[in-house]
Amino acid sequence: MNKILLGVLLGAVLGAFDGMTAWFTPEVRTQLAGIVIGSTVKGIIAGVLIGVFARKVHSLALGIVFGLAVGLFLAFIIAHLQHGYYFQIMLPGGMVGLIVGYATQRYGRGSQLQRT
Amino acid sequence: MRAPDLSGTRYTVVRYLARGGMGSVWLAEDTLLNRRIALKVIDLVASTEDLANRLLQEARVLANLEHPGIVPVHDAGTLVDGRTFYCMKYVEGQTLAGHIIDMSLPDKLRLMERIAEPLDFAHSRRFIHRDLKPENIMIGAFGEVLVMDWGLAKIGAADLNQAQVASPSVDGASGHTGQGSVLGTPGYMSPEQARGDSAVDHRTDIFSLGAILSFMLTAGPHAASAAVPRPLRAICDQAMAADPNARYQSAGEMAADLSRYLSGAPVTAYAEDVFERAARIYSRHRTAVVLVGAYLLMRVLFILLARH
Repeated sequence: MNKILLGVLLGAVLGAFDGMTAWFTPEVRTQLAGIVIGSTVKGIIAGVLIGVFARKVHSLALGIVFGLAVGLFLAFIIAHLQHGYYFQIMLPGGMVGLIVGYATQRYGRGSQLQRT
Repeated sequence: MRAPDLSGTRYTVVRYLARGGMGSVWLAEDTLLNRRIALKVIDLVASTEDLANRLLQEARVLANLEHPGIVPVHDAGTLVDGRTFYCMKYVEGQTLAGHIIDMSLPDKLRLMERIAEPLDFAHSRRFIHRDLKPENIMIGAFGEVLVMDWGLAKIGAADLNQAQVASPSVDGASGHTGQGSVLGTPGYMSPEQARGDSAVDHRTDIFSLGAILSFMLTAGPHAASAAVPRPLRAICDQAMAADPNARYQSAGEMAADLSRYLSGAPVTAYAEDVFERAARIYSRHRTAVVLVGAYLLMRVLFILLARH
């Protein structure tokens, strides 16, 4: 699968899953829909950025580091906007970025142009 | 060993290299092109018309098989004493047996894939080697894999060596190629070839490939300490099936199964159970499984912490 598409799909799925786990935190359960949408959008944005990076840079190590950095950065913005929950938001966000970074480098296919 | 008289040719003998089924192989210097070549010549004492034809046929087989994995022939002719000879590329390297001693399992399998390539090519041209064994596979100085000694080769239904030598049959003790009604090497020869069946086809080489793979898997210090994985054992078994119809039908098919094993995919020769399948998938995607597992574990811990 195309690296960018793989990044977007994986980012969206993991982001949505990440958001849905908020259901287990009673104090934010009422905002669940907004959290899921926001988390999914965050995952998609991370997936696009990481997918584009994977297309340009063919390095598993750099892909993982970049994915982690993007995941942490986007999660930091979310946490900053919420004025809290830095650890609860940034750790999963970083891990999602790391997984997407690994997957795009390991399983994604480059463009036709790059493979020739 | 007495060096052949190369007077009247453009070659000079450098030294003796090896002994083959039909004669001897010498390192010679091509004085015109200033390069070293391997010169194969039939023995003076055994120089008969049959042997001469057989050596010439071997040269013709090689000349018809232009492939990076098959040693190229440069020249052929007759010496002043009437003996037939041919010259081929001099390959500096090791035989398979010597080369694989310190190799890891994946490297051995990749090497096996490369051995299958020239065989598949030869079979596509209807040539059958009929004497594949580790001694007939050379690994060159640049890592190139070469299938040697096509002296027993056969094309399609026609035997290139119809004029077989009425001398010794298979020498089981030495493991050398016999020269009689049964041609080949015990241990690497298919059952139909050992029986002397006239209808031997390219699948006899598939059997030999299986025997070579089996040899590679059980040779060397790495192999001694680890059991042969079941899928690889199954690949050997299928290649070495007594019934040619039960074998891989081409060297390419066998190489494809090895390639599948190397990439962590299921092989056609082995029906794995659900646990083996899970273990293979885990082994193939270990990092991804660990990452997702770590993520899920973290999520579970977060949930538990939130509840307390």
